[in-house]
Amino acid sequence: MTTEFLSLRDAMATHVRDGMTVALEGFTHLIPFAAGQELIRQQRRDLTLVRMTPDLIYDQMVGMGCAKSLVFSWGGNPGVGSLHRLRDAIEHQWPNALTIDEHSHAGMAVRYSAGASGLPFGILKGYTGTGLAVENRAHVATIACPFTGENLTALPAITPDVTVLHAQQADGAGNVLLRGIVGASREAAMAARCLVVTVEEVVEELDAPMNAFVIPAWQVHAIAEVPGGAYPSYALGFYSRDNAFYQAWDEIARSRSDFLAWMERHVLGTVDHTEFLCSVGAAE
Amino acid sequence: MTAPAWTPDEMMTVAAARRLRDGAVCFVGIGLPSAACNLARMTHAPELVLIYESGTVGARPTVLPLSIGDGELAETARSVIPLPEIFTQYLQRGRVDIGFLGAAQIDRFGNLNSTVIGPYAQPTVRLPGAGGAPEIAAHAREVLVVMKQSARTFVEQLDFCTTPARPSALITDLGVFEPDPATRELCLSAVFDGVAKEDVVAACGWPLRIADRLGTIAPPTADELEILRDLQARTRDAHAARVRIRLPF
Repeated sequence: MTTEFLSLRDAMATHVRDGMTVALEGFTHLIPFAAGQELIRQQRRDLTLVRMTPDLIYDQMVGMGCAKSLVFSWGGNPGVGSLHRLRDAIEHQWPNALTIDEHSHAGMAVRYSAGASGLPFGILKGYTGTGLAVENRAHVATIACPFTGENLTALPAITPDVTVLHAQQADGAGNVLLRGIVGASREAAMAARCLVVTVEEVVEELDAPMNAFVIPAWQVHAIAEVPGGAYPSYALGFYSRDNAFYQAWDEIARSRSDFLAWMERHVLGTVDHTEFLCSVGAAE
Repeated sequence: MTAPAWTPDEMMTVAAARRLRDGAVCFVGIGLPSAACNLARMTHAPELVLIYESGTVGARPTVLPLSIGDGELAETARSVIPLPEIFTQYLQRGRVDIGFLGAAQIDRFGNLNSTVIGPYAQPTVRLPGAGGAPEIAAHAREVLVVMKQSARTFVEQLDFCTTPARPSALITDLGVFEPDPATRELCLSAVFDGVAKEDVVAACGWPLRIADRLGTIAPPTADELEILRDLQARTRDAHAARVRIRLPF
């Protein structure tokens, strides 16, 4: 497989189609906001969205009607409060009903790891006595250790049709380097049938230490160069997390009308991520 | 009587910080637990090891992170590792001494709800959910809980059990609860300076039992208050700054 270098628009149009299971991963850091917002512009529908922390990007995608289902483990605005659009979807089915497959962080990590390893399920010690074990029986089971008889929890593997990551750098061949907090990005990448990566920059050669997190080009289907592509989350070494924006989002997303007006102006009303960054005053 | 020179939130943070012994390995949640852990590190426990679930081990932030994965944590950490390893090799394998949790509801044994108010399938309030809490409570050697007290959130019956927990202490904005050794029910063991036990009982939704020898927690020292307030002022300034990205084209 040769890595294709595409525009973000073409990368999303080619690889992400209605009805797919899609994981836009990155734990607080390197969240692929530009890719998610491009899917909103292209009006993708009926997606099963997978992310440990839905964060603002899935708040936006859910609120704009891209999702029919959500797989997740913590759905808040970190340090701020609620994700109002996610709440509205679960509490009032607006703009549409959303089914959920809910886990703990440890559970999601195990599910991605199983998917990345080609196993049908993963195991952990946990979930005993939790409400999730009761409410999510379709995706939580007990299994006995064949050697000791100890009871363990089994969770089905996650194998997204497409995983989308944001990274600092790719080289001309399509090898990708991530630095800093990676969350479960490696597992989500290796579990996927197709991996698309947006990067801050494409360079001649990656300056990667020997044990660095480098995804080899032959695992990467497509790369789009999108500077600022993780904003308002961050890319270590390029720009910081815009904590003030995360705080401001609480008001923007609180009412349906304010949310829709904001999305109309800054996402649907812009042609690409550069225009988006200028429109929200985040570009210099 | 003059009003105390500190807020209940400050007292709660200081009381929580004091329970962390130097050198302990602490799994830190965002918000008040993070403030308490860093206050402890900046006062009596300089070698406290802070692990945040984002994968930062031995973080030494100078400002409090807004999210669990701010760059400040990565840049000050001893190491940054993949999140699955935090939950398997550190937490599940038994390498964490103290887990530090908050929640929206707590019951008399310390079980926690951070998932829904109302029925799970049709909640009146959808809360963020479990995050790392269930496994932190299951695998850390000791669990501390910090929560502001109200009869609405200290309940007879949880709407949903996100995290079965048996905390060694519950620190509220009025005092400290500790489990009865025989029944494991949380009982009021100490109140903050200037708090009446009747006020603690009134702000608890279950019939609160009070320890035979009720203690009093000493007020914050001048040092504790100054360090905490400096930390929070630095944090506010840092979080207020908007980010500007220099675009290459």
